[in-house]
Amino acid sequence: MTILAYSLYFAALVGAPLGLALWMGRVYGGVSALAGMERAVLRAAGVNPERGMTWGSYAMAVLAFNLAGFLLLYAILRSQGLLPLNPDGIAGMAPDLAFNTAVSFVTNTNWQAYSGEAQLSYLAQMAGLTVQNFVSAGTGMAVAVAVIRGFTAAKGGTLGNFWLDLTRSVLWILLPLSIILALFLAWQGVPQTLQGAVTAVTVEGGEQIIARGPAAAQIAIKQLGTNGGGFFGVNSAHPFENPSVASNLAQCLSILLIPVAFCFLFGRMAGDRRQGWAIFAAMAVMFVAGLAVIHWAEVAGNPLLGPGANMEGKEQRFGAMLSALWAASTTAASNGSVNAMHDSFMPLSGLVMLVFMQIGEVIFGGVGAGLYGMLLYVVLAVFLAGLMVGRTPEYLGRKIEGREVTLAVLAFLSMPLGILVGGAVAATAPAALSAVQDAGPHGLSEILYAYSSATGNNGSAFGGFGAALPWHTTALGLTMLMGRYAIIVPLLAIAGSMLRKTRAPVTAGSFPTHGPLFVTLLVLTVLILGALTFFPVLALGPIAEETARMAGQSF
Amino acid sequence: MSRDGKAADMSGLYRTAARQSVTKLDPRQLWRNPVMFVTAIVAAMTTVLGLRDLASGTPGAGVALHIAFWLWLCVIFANFAESLAEGRGRARADTLRATKSETKVRVLDGPDADPATASEVVSTSLRAGQFVYVAAGDIVPTDGEAVRGMASVNESAITGESAPVIREAGGDRSSVTGGTTIASDWLVMKVTAEPGKSFLDRMIALVEGAERQKTPNEIALNILLVGLTLIFLFVVVTLPAFASYSGATIPVVVLGALFVTLIPTTIGGLLSAIGIAGMDRLVKANVIAKSGRAVEAAGDVDTLLLDKTGTITFGNRMADALLPAPGVESRRLAEAAALASLADETPEGRSIVEKARELLGAGLGMPAGAMPVAFTAQTRLSGLDLADGRRFRKGAVDAVIRLTGQTPPGALAAQVDAIARSGGTPLLVAEGAQILGVVHLKDIVKPGVRERFAELRAMGIRTVMITGDNPLTAAAIAAEAGVDDFLAEATPEMKLDLIRREQAGGRLVAMCGDGSNDAPALAQADVGVAMNAGTPAAKEAANLIDLDSDPTKLIEVVMVGKQLLISRGALTTFSIANDVAKYFAVLPAIFVAAYPGLAVLNIMGLASPSSAILSAVIFNALILIALVPLALRGVAYRPASAAQLLRRNLLVYGLGGLIAPFLGIKAIDLCLVALNLA
Repeated sequence: MTILAYSLYFAALVGAPLGLALWMGRVYGGVSALAGMERAVLRAAGVNPERGMTWGSYAMAVLAFNLAGFLLLYAILRSQGLLPLNPDGIAGMAPDLAFNTAVSFVTNTNWQAYSGEAQLSYLAQMAGLTVQNFVSAGTGMAVAVAVIRGFTAAKGGTLGNFWLDLTRSVLWILLPLSIILALFLAWQGVPQTLQGAVTAVTVEGGEQIIARGPAAAQIAIKQLGTNGGGFFGVNSAHPFENPSVASNLAQCLSILLIPVAFCFLFGRMAGDRRQGWAIFAAMAVMFVAGLAVIHWAEVAGNPLLGPGANMEGKEQRFGAMLSALWAASTTAASNGSVNAMHDSFMPLSGLVMLVFMQIGEVIFGGVGAGLYGMLLYVVLAVFLAGLMVGRTPEYLGRKIEGREVTLAVLAFLSMPLGILVGGAVAATAPAALSAVQDAGPHGLSEILYAYSSATGNNGSAFGGFGAALPWHTTALGLTMLMGRYAIIVPLLAIAGSMLRKTRAPVTAGSFPTHGPLFVTLLVLTVLILGALTFFPVLALGPIAEETARMAGQSF
Repeated sequence: MSRDGKAADMSGLYRTAARQSVTKLDPRQLWRNPVMFVTAIVAAMTTVLGLRDLASGTPGAGVALHIAFWLWLCVIFANFAESLAEGRGRARADTLRATKSETKVRVLDGPDADPATASEVVSTSLRAGQFVYVAAGDIVPTDGEAVRGMASVNESAITGESAPVIREAGGDRSSVTGGTTIASDWLVMKVTAEPGKSFLDRMIALVEGAERQKTPNEIALNILLVGLTLIFLFVVVTLPAFASYSGATIPVVVLGALFVTLIPTTIGGLLSAIGIAGMDRLVKANVIAKSGRAVEAAGDVDTLLLDKTGTITFGNRMADALLPAPGVESRRLAEAAALASLADETPEGRSIVEKARELLGAGLGMPAGAMPVAFTAQTRLSGLDLADGRRFRKGAVDAVIRLTGQTPPGALAAQVDAIARSGGTPLLVAEGAQILGVVHLKDIVKPGVRERFAELRAMGIRTVMITGDNPLTAAAIAAEAGVDDFLAEATPEMKLDLIRREQAGGRLVAMCGDGSNDAPALAQADVGVAMNAGTPAAKEAANLIDLDSDPTKLIEVVMVGKQLLISRGALTTFSIANDVAKYFAVLPAIFVAAYPGLAVLNIMGLASPSSAILSAVIFNALILIALVPLALRGVAYRPASAAQLLRRNLLVYGLGGLIAPFLGIKAIDLCLVALNLA
């Protein structure tokens, strides 16, 4: 039964993105029927969409657009108390928390150091967060498309036009899908209203304030755009965010829908579908392996707490299996929404989730971000092993040389820098330590989880961690910025540099970048270069916790 | 050189390398290799800490000094490998330098001046543009071009080939090289090289490695290694913070040991030795690379332009078959063909006699009183008039028809046509007015060439044959040799166009050439190999020079390039794969005190924390030492497709790199325990 359910899920996870990739390929190539609308939008913004961009101007456009988005969002959050659409009279956010939240949504992280229903007005949710949910996802998709063009377009082409790519991502991909999903969720019972909270009288006669609001729209895009920032504090564990098993499955699928489609889009744009399938296969192998561990750990439960699944922190509606599937999907995909509390998962599950984030969110990853992150590993894998066929390493016919390696290494440094350096400071500075809820290795896991989540732009957290502490709102904000832009900029530069190279034809002497051998190589590269770096800290966190648990001690 | 001499030479090489491996510890030199530089810093730090602990009587000093010893060993052996690689080149440079002595030379005022009017100057003062008279017994003082006269020159000092070669004014054999000796006759040469810039000077610098610059790929690999080192620096530097949170303390010595075992010391230490050894293999093949970049590019080559003559065929047309006219016995034709060719000293003529002898057996001599008739451009016939009045002729088809006044019978005419169509040359043989048959002359493809090209094809390299022959002949030979394509009636311009076309398609092109008119194509090609016998212009334009002037060398150059890249890739993969086992050795050792449960990570069952750390460090040093021969020799390379190579090398160096350290570290741990060292 379990196997059958998973098989159906995976079949949907391959089938739907295959179709979507076809549509995305046409959208990014330009559909004449839609061109008028695109032109109208871009004209209004004073942009000439015909002009192709160099990697430098593309990167500048990304940074400028995101900076503007950050400033606007920051301003809204600070002043929401004075602005309309605030039926519950919520006050403006503190500066550090507003910084953290604005960065978090602009970088597609959606780390939530606040609780939505208590600290955000409807205006902030809709005009602030939901807008960024769309455009931060659109930014990631645009960057990914530009990077793909760099690897696959003919020599002398351009990376495309950021404004056009962004507009197309939002208008023709994110918006239609969100509308469909939002309607489905509303049908399932997710509220979509501008009226304030309801005050109800409970059976025992007590008074309860039930928060509601325009949730369905935001939840749709939070999943599709791998944002993950819930409308309510407890995210998709809240019955208003995720009322049924059907809504749970729909959301779980939409988390991975666009990231998976990007693999196939890559193959399409490369003119060789096998290239896309190879990347998909590498991601899928790691995803299934991680999911298997989480499923096994959660279903088996903790013998210290008696027989049965580990249900603490999980919704009874979903049980161990659906919680495991969600946990694997949301950490793999840099989504960060949760339907159960990750803090309460078994240590080995926590280990898998940490690894998924620490390798840089490249197992499907964020929309667009997962693919370009994986391309970073591809560059490194091809460079490392490509020499072994006796040629200068090349990917898709283009040589990987000093410049690309330098940039890849530069981008690659951001993960250990954010997680290890950020985490080490947080583990020693007294001002940071008070955020830790639990003793021993689990406490260390909480710190690691926070900094891994921020650097990987995931956004989920180990619940016990006091993320609202000013130290962490600031430090994590900076880490999120690094985890996003210290990868985007070098990758665009790599794309620009690849685009200048002549594509060599494929011969028997070319390094094969499809097929099981390459998939194995790619997976090993991710594990050895990505995950192994964090082995020492993981040993002190989840692994130490697990071994202690086996010895009968829990934290 | 005798065996003893060679052995003494080798031990000298090792002694020099051993000495240099210590002098290379100079930080200014070490800095060039960041990974080893960092290792040396950690080694120095560990030594100081060990000595401090020893002085203060703190326990653990022994282990620290033990670790320090092995770390130093790593650095020293990396230096040793590099010195050894350099030493081989230096030995070669010394023999070259020996030929570069200061001599008196005779300078003329102009190319046509009388040698008697020459003034004597010292060879080192010669400047480009001066004219020098050299005669038998003289050593050519510097590079130049023959402008008058002709001489046989012994070039063994440069090429190692003792048979003298002809150098003469005009044409493609005008180049003379400094350091060679005039064997007979004389020449007037125009000096083309400024002092200290001669070919010999450049060659000495190149083989010595003095001008060695890192190649593009080597630079890229170095960046990656530095990046990995940085990442592991983050890992190690932040570890005390996480450890102290967890209630563990890690001694600095152990952190240093962990750091060095994780950074890619194996490839970092051997990278430059691999590069130098690769260049050295070329030198051994008698090819001088003017830049390391060319050697790397050779590995990347997609298209090989090969001259037909000398590379694919022997270069001369030879008799392939004797086909008699209807009613003529084949013995009679053979006899007639042999007699008509006995006086013909051209390779074609000799090959006809040889072919006839296969049929007739030996014992065919010049009959007494026979009169040879030599080939002239007018008659286009040659042959022999016997004393008994019989006249034997062979020649071009129309010439023989004109001579005999007859046309070949139908069957023979068909054979003649077939030969011409197949790209061969038909020669008719006649006795008196009777046409006896036809000799099929053709270019003979060198044995083994076909297999070689099939190998190249499997490696993904396309071969294009370049020939001056007409398309018909070219197609026939191309088919027989198994090349992928051919360029017939080739002119230098067509060659250049072909190279540009291939390059525009993203392919890297290699070619060889010798004439001045090859120079533009040689310069345009990604890998241009000039024959040493060629003109100075060709040698200037090329980036590799083959001292043996052997056009087949191009294929060897490609192999050397590939082997160089594979060696680097294999050791890099091996080095990085090693880290997995090292983590499993060191991590439980340093954390087990804080979390006893982490003992489960000690999957190798190492005896104690200190033996585990020591074993990892020792393995790290030993593997570097063990791989020195591999780095110098290069990874074994069999031509195969990229997919096959990847599968094989990934299995050997990737999987091997994962498994070997688990076994090695465990074995070392057992030894340490047995020896009571930890």
